[in-house]
Amino acid sequence: MKAKVHVFLKPGVLDVQGKAIEGAVHTLGFGGVSDVRVGRMIEFDIAGTDRAAVEAEVKTLCDRLLANTVIESYRVELI
Amino acid sequence: MKSAVIVFPGSNCDRDCKVAIERSTASSVDMVWHQETALPSGLDLIVLPGGFSYGDYLRCGAMAALSPVMAEVKAAAERGVAVVGICNGFQVLCEAGMLPGALLRNAKLKYICKAVTLDVTNTQTRFSTGYSASREAVMTVGNGEGNFFAEEAELDRIEGEGQVVFRYRDNPNGSARNIAGIVNGKGNVLGLMPHPDRSFEGELGSADGALLFQSALASA
Repeated sequence: MKAKVHVFLKPGVLDVQGKAIEGAVHTLGFGGVSDVRVGRMIEFDIAGTDRAAVEAEVKTLCDRLLANTVIESYRVELI
Repeated sequence: MKSAVIVFPGSNCDRDCKVAIERSTASSVDMVWHQETALPSGLDLIVLPGGFSYGDYLRCGAMAALSPVMAEVKAAAERGVAVVGICNGFQVLCEAGMLPGALLRNAKLKYICKAVTLDVTNTQTRFSTGYSASREAVMTVGNGEGNFFAEEAELDRIEGEGQVVFRYRDNPNGSARNIAGIVNGKGNVLGLMPHPDRSFEGELGSADGALLFQSALASA
């Protein structure tokens, strides 16, 4: 199975990179753009056929390494 | 007196820490590679140095926090050994769950390298007794991700319990409540972004960092 993990700063945490990009976007004239957030996407292959079990394993991995849940939240996609 | 400096791949202040501890105290200093599964016996102080462990990949300190030696550092901390994380070392301690909070990108996205004045807000910890008279210190910061963050309730808690040891007088990086350094609940693990190892004798611009190493070893 292929896993895609999306990691973003939590809504309450100021995303300074997102703010800087938003400023540049507005400079380009795209005034309708707001709330720009920058995150990362990590993808990998993972062995297993039981979807629920694989998802649980990926979540454990996220909690232990891929995301710092003090400041980040994550979303797991399995394909 | 015996100290150890942990060396991660990408650490670049490990030698600075060794020299700073040796020159400011009577301690001998062992360098310990991150793959070690045992620490030298009889340590009084363990220092996690500054630098860019694992190239700051994923998050600063995230991979270093999972190094084999960190299990030993945690066990030593539980036994009461003094542990100091400086800059990247502070990030490693937060990632390892040994200190609360996390370090975010600096508020203005810039790497900041300069001397800063710190208020020593708790001089009762084993790392800060040397600052009892002055209650301030000048040290150098050098970081791109030194912006301390914790939830409001957590900030209230650590402030209430006297865990905030150093605060920036003029906050350079957006840190919550001007926090530059904190201790754990037990008071034997300190993390700080400024570098006492770059400020331990007058020729470096400030000798105030020496007091931190002296305090840590005097209390051992």
